[in-house]
Amino acid sequence: MIPDTWYLALSAVLFTIGVVGVVVRRNPLVIFMSIELALNAANLALVAFGQRHGNFDGQALVLFVMAVAAAEVAVGLAIIVAIFRVRERLSVDDLSLLRW
Amino acid sequence: MAAVSFAVIALVAVGAALGLVLKKNPIHGALFLVANLGSIAALYLMMGLEFLAFAQVIVYAGAIMVLFVFAIMVLIPGKEETGPDPKRRYRILAVPLGALLLLEVILVIAARRAAGPPPAAAPAGGGVEAIARLLFTDYLFPFELTSVLLLAAMVGVLLLARRRRGGAAPGAPEGTLE
Repeated sequence: MIPDTWYLALSAVLFTIGVVGVVVRRNPLVIFMSIELALNAANLALVAFGQRHGNFDGQALVLFVMAVAAAEVAVGLAIIVAIFRVRERLSVDDLSLLRW
Repeated sequence: MAAVSFAVIALVAVGAALGLVLKKNPIHGALFLVANLGSIAALYLMMGLEFLAFAQVIVYAGAIMVLFVFAIMVLIPGKEETGPDPKRRYRILAVPLGALLLLEVILVIAARRAAGPPPAAAPAGGGVEAIARLLFTDYLFPFELTSVLLLAAMVGVLLLARRRRGGAAPGAPEGTLE
């Protein structure tokens, strides 16, 4: 049986990598994928805590996170594609205005 | 035995995450992310949570990553991060700040661990029945809200992705592009 602290430590490492990826990368698609990584790390922490307390609430919350992540990815990718249609470059440094 | 398999899976997960952040090509990044999601699904299986593991594979590795790969293919990969980075100095700062964040989270976990022994509870297991019961009783309202959210996202995506003919689409004023 693996102690839940290990899962939490792994979750912390993955979350940090995700956050650093969001800050470091310039491609909005990779930034999105880094956000997914951080969300997954949070999911892992939720599950670990749920196991620690012996109930199912953590797992239910993970299901909600999955659904919200799916919606978020669909809308975000649509926005990125819409921006790409207008301006052919795709770097977050160029996208400092809300209108284009 | 369990510790060894946990170490291997954790190594794969962390390596794939690093690959996602470090590789220039977004397609490689997507494949690394699939590996990472798969290894987390394996961790769920190790905890005995079969339902979550399969949901993870189907929803994340299946649906979401297919969407990502489609978007990458549409958007011509690798064109945007070529050339020197004009803000390199600031981006290098992200590494010590990330280390600081990691230290902070680890400290929180350690403090929690020091606060006391975990409550003596048996691990919950991964029964679909128990999760479904919880979803349809305590979490019924957020569960129904999720369906509304997904519908709203779908309609929004259709609106955003529609090809505008003659630039006369509502919501996109003419002549203001670029």
